[in-house]
Amino acid sequence: MTTTFDPITPRKRRRRRNIVPNFLGLVVFLVAAFPVYWMVLTSFRRGIDIQRATPQFVPAPGTLANYRKVFRRDFFWTAVKNSLTVTLLVLVLALFIAFLAAVAVSRFKFRGRKSFIVAILVVQMVPAEALIISLFRILDSWQLINTILGLTLTYLAFVLPFTIWILRGFVANVPKELEEAAMVDGSSRFRAFMTITLPLVAPGLVATGVFAFIQAWNEFIFALVIMNRPDKQTLPVWLQAFNEGAKGTDWGGVMAGSTLMAIPVVIFFLLVQRRVASGLTAGAVKG
Amino acid sequence: MEHADGITPRRRRVRPLPYVLLLPAVAALVLMLGYPIVRLFTLALQNFGLKQQFGAAANWVGLKNFRTIVHDPEFWAVLRRTLAFCAVNAVLTIALGMAIALLLKRLGSKMRLLTMLGLMLAWSMPALTSTVIWQWIFDTQYGIANWALGRQGQSWLSNPLTFYFVATIIVVWMGIPFVAFTLYAGLTQIPEETMEAAAIDGANPWQRFRDIVVAALKPILLILTSLSVLWDFRVFTQVYVLQRAGGITRDTNLLGVYAYRISIGANHFDRGAAVAIVMVVITVLMTMFYLRSMTRQEEL
Repeated sequence: MTTTFDPITPRKRRRRRNIVPNFLGLVVFLVAAFPVYWMVLTSFRRGIDIQRATPQFVPAPGTLANYRKVFRRDFFWTAVKNSLTVTLLVLVLALFIAFLAAVAVSRFKFRGRKSFIVAILVVQMVPAEALIISLFRILDSWQLINTILGLTLTYLAFVLPFTIWILRGFVANVPKELEEAAMVDGSSRFRAFMTITLPLVAPGLVATGVFAFIQAWNEFIFALVIMNRPDKQTLPVWLQAFNEGAKGTDWGGVMAGSTLMAIPVVIFFLLVQRRVASGLTAGAVKG
Repeated sequence: MEHADGITPRRRRVRPLPYVLLLPAVAALVLMLGYPIVRLFTLALQNFGLKQQFGAAANWVGLKNFRTIVHDPEFWAVLRRTLAFCAVNAVLTIALGMAIALLLKRLGSKMRLLTMLGLMLAWSMPALTSTVIWQWIFDTQYGIANWALGRQGQSWLSNPLTFYFVATIIVVWMGIPFVAFTLYAGLTQIPEETMEAAAIDGANPWQRFRDIVVAALKPILLILTSLSVLWDFRVFTQVYVLQRAGGITRDTNLLGVYAYRISIGANHFDRGAAVAIVMVVITVLMTMFYLRSMTRQEEL
């Protein structure tokens, strides 16, 4: 093992040993990232360049025409408005309701606490795809098809279990003793909670909120069924209608729409991915 | 009430506060998750078609809808297809995710960061946009896949086998990052010395992988596998969008899309509900396995 027998220096050896993994790493990077790159690239392409026999991989002469087309397309702005409304409503409601529940399960001992936690876990496994049928019937009988309220309530129920689960981890991570110390010093339980625990949980609330935002923003199946009128579509449903209508002839426009829909998600996701992941594990460990 | 409660442990009476805090969550879940589950069962036991949708009374028909679907060869074809699709996708996701996790461990810090960035990008994409992008990549006329493979005009979505090939690529592409990151996090927990000691003792790479890595990651692997199976069992968006593009639905339906088409597409809500219940039952069985493996790992 000593260098006297080996003419190759350790550094060279390391480099040689790393050629194969580095190459594989590059392949993984390309396979993972290329479709996203291709989407953005296509969205800035002129029609004649998209339909070339040999594809071009670098951003040659670009154009904003595809985006202009999307902005002018029927119902695009309505879809943006619908998506934003539903998403923000879900975000606020889910955070508020989940936070109360998270405080209940992580700060109090009470009968039914454990069953509630188990229920939260089990309910996450129910396939939404199976429930669209009965949910559609229910919302129809309540006259909530094609309403923001109907979609918001639906999303709320499907986002809540996970948001409660993550927030519970964040709340449990703040030592109860901190609150109790403040209470010994004479502040009320409520005040101690507001001034001590809430600020410490705030990053968790942000992360969880972004998670709820992404879920509601991306959701396709419920929106497809519940918002079936063109003026009620959310962005994913609008994009799919555009995609279907284009029938492979307007990839520039479809990719511009995809990019517009994906960008906020990608940014938010990259920002909070770590937090949510650590909240997940925290939620799993802390009582 | 507020200050006396927290500190003094004097009596064991029921405190209402935690229940009040839980009330909104429980109400939302019961109304929008519990009730739909119950309604799914009542729908499946009723006669509910187009007429009932417009106000005709729905009468109880017992298990008639279930009898109808089990005597329908298409249902069995769809079920077989769904299970096969689920198995292939879950195995591919876990195997490739594991391989990438091991690769990440071997990489230098810069290359690792780059690879992770790519995976993160794929992970963050919405299901719908991912499907639309891959649809564009596999486009018959101008798709880059046909160009790269030298297959001018190959129509991927009009043949069930190539249709599932594309669908599998999308599902696996979207599923790998989570698996790879989770397994990589697990790998970093295995002490370097254990691996070195095994190598000194003469264990070859395969033995080290099987006896140390897999053994140490078994709990994580079990959970990831269960989750992948559950997720791949209920694939909807990818199949639905590709079907709309390709034009063949009968030979490419998976359980979720099938239930949707029978009920919301063709107004047979009763039979659609029966199919959906089969889906729920299979999911529950798989979940029980998952929860058992999970609760065995850690206390709640």
